[in-house]
Amino acid sequence: MKNRMSKLVAVIAMSAMVMGTLAGCGSTEEVTETAVEQETTEAAPTPAEEAVVEEAPAEEAVADLSGSISMAGSTSMEKLATALSEVFMAKYPGITVTAEFTGSSAGIESLAAGSVDIGNSSRSLKDSEKEAGAVENIVAIDGIAVVVDPENTVAGLSKDQLVGIYKGEIKNWSEVGGTDAPIVVVGREAGSGTRGAFEELLEVEDLCVYANELDSTGAVMAKVASTPGAIGYVSLDVVDETVVAVALDEVAPTEENIKAGSYFLSRPFVMATQGEVSAQSEAVQELFNFLASEEGKELIKSVGLITVD
Amino acid sequence: MTNTKEKSFSIIGSLKTKSTVEKSAQVVFTTCAFFAVLAVLSITLYMVINGTPALTKVGIREILFGTVWKPTAAEPSYGILYVILTSIVGTFLSILVGVPIGLFTAIFLAEVAPRKLAKLVKPAVELLAGIPSVIYGLLGLLLLNPIMYKWELIIFKDDPNHQFTGGANLISAVIVLAIMILPTVINISEAALKAVPRHLKEASLALGGSHIQTIFKVMIPAAKSGIVTAIVLGVGRAIGEAMAISLVSGSSVNMPLPFNSVRFLTTAIVSEMGYASDLHRQVLFTIGLVLFLFIMLINFLLTKGLKKGEKENDK
Repeated sequence: MKNRMSKLVAVIAMSAMVMGTLAGCGSTEEVTETAVEQETTEAAPTPAEEAVVEEAPAEEAVADLSGSISMAGSTSMEKLATALSEVFMAKYPGITVTAEFTGSSAGIESLAAGSVDIGNSSRSLKDSEKEAGAVENIVAIDGIAVVVDPENTVAGLSKDQLVGIYKGEIKNWSEVGGTDAPIVVVGREAGSGTRGAFEELLEVEDLCVYANELDSTGAVMAKVASTPGAIGYVSLDVVDETVVAVALDEVAPTEENIKAGSYFLSRPFVMATQGEVSAQSEAVQELFNFLASEEGKELIKSVGLITVD
Repeated sequence: MTNTKEKSFSIIGSLKTKSTVEKSAQVVFTTCAFFAVLAVLSITLYMVINGTPALTKVGIREILFGTVWKPTAAEPSYGILYVILTSIVGTFLSILVGVPIGLFTAIFLAEVAPRKLAKLVKPAVELLAGIPSVIYGLLGLLLLNPIMYKWELIIFKDDPNHQFTGGANLISAVIVLAIMILPTVINISEAALKAVPRHLKEASLALGGSHIQTIFKVMIPAAKSGIVTAIVLGVGRAIGEAMAISLVSGSSVNMPLPFNSVRFLTTAIVSEMGYASDLHRQVLFTIGLVLFLFIMLINFLLTKGLKKGEKENDK
């Protein structure tokens, strides 16, 4: 009797679990959907990457170095670091490149602690970090795009309007030429490289009144895309069709404009080393040489960044 | 003699091997027990060592009672009063919503429901406990926040001073937390209700009490200590949750008002640890220490409640 009962319970529990798993599938689908939306932008530059990889074997004869390079730091630099390590390792099979994405400050901290060779930072180094021996090597420039939800009718903002919105002085889209809808101010958490760069470039450090402080680029994109009246800022290269990047001071956020210096929201990508590059291991020196070469520049462009020269 | 030597691999074989096994087993058990204690001690020590420097550098009052959180400003300010208040208010409200629902579900399962129905509901509740917290957060982000934003637009239509959050607010976080503590509350209070001696219920019914009267006047008071344990464990889960609420609460440091974007102790650490440096990082450890002390306090209350319950049962 008891046995039969427990069997029954087991069967019911099992069926409930199966049902649950199915329900779980339903919700995970939603997860993947949003993930795919974000990935589409990341997938975009691959053809260019592949082109670089194909070129690589031709010059392989030069590659006789061996060793390992470890880097850690900015999550904003993930695409650059991953693409760089893949292509570089294909070119120099003897060298292993590992990259971790712990955040700019954490990366520079690891560099100072000697646990990595390169600390990635998506902002200029702080004085305290330079005093600790970190040397700032700017490898690329990143543009920051101001994004709004696709149904927003405002196509452009002036610098003053943007400052007003982020300081909480302008609260309705009708004040900047849009429809009568409240502005939902979305930003990144304190310490984020994007936020640091954005506030510094607008000269609104610590004056911003955020309604949402999200801790990743993807979260900002998702929030802005799904919230009517939202405004946020993200790296230029992650902008996709789910949001609209607005023109600032009537300058569209494009690479040409950033290179020309007419678009004012841009920031450096730093690969910091402990001491000058010339004092590093051969492998690390070669990595920097590679970045400065035509091939390296191609790679930087392929991940949506702008080369230094 | 030769016989015992040949059999020396057996435990029964000789007194010597027997005592060796006994002793080594004792060493193994002691080491394992020591490991758990070591973990607790090292975590406590680590939190205190890492959490206190900022307290002395910034000042206890400035951190605990300051209301301005600007860790990266030129003149940084590390006030976490609003963050602490949010954790307290948010946890309290989610308990206020979650506990009655949980308790009534437990009563339903233990007393009211037909057996077959109870056998369907119980696994569903257990499944609720197994859903990862990030899924709760994601559903909150996709379903709850848009609904909240619609309400926000209606309620604050004519209020020029309100900052619109797009639905990421305290209420969303409270609702998500309330759902998350349900399984804990239901399972433990159901067990407590089932453990009430049968003769109490029978006596009440025999004296003419109705079923519902019996439940509220006899069963619940008798299962009180177990229900208190359930609530305290629920508080523990709610105050320690980070992932789900970081997605729905908006994460700006504000007064814990229903339609404000708020930040909890847990999300304060999670959201800024990646990019924090220097003193900012140390203050995050201090927030961890505050959270740690809160949870210790709850655990202390829990064990106290349990002991009280045991004493009552002894009588």
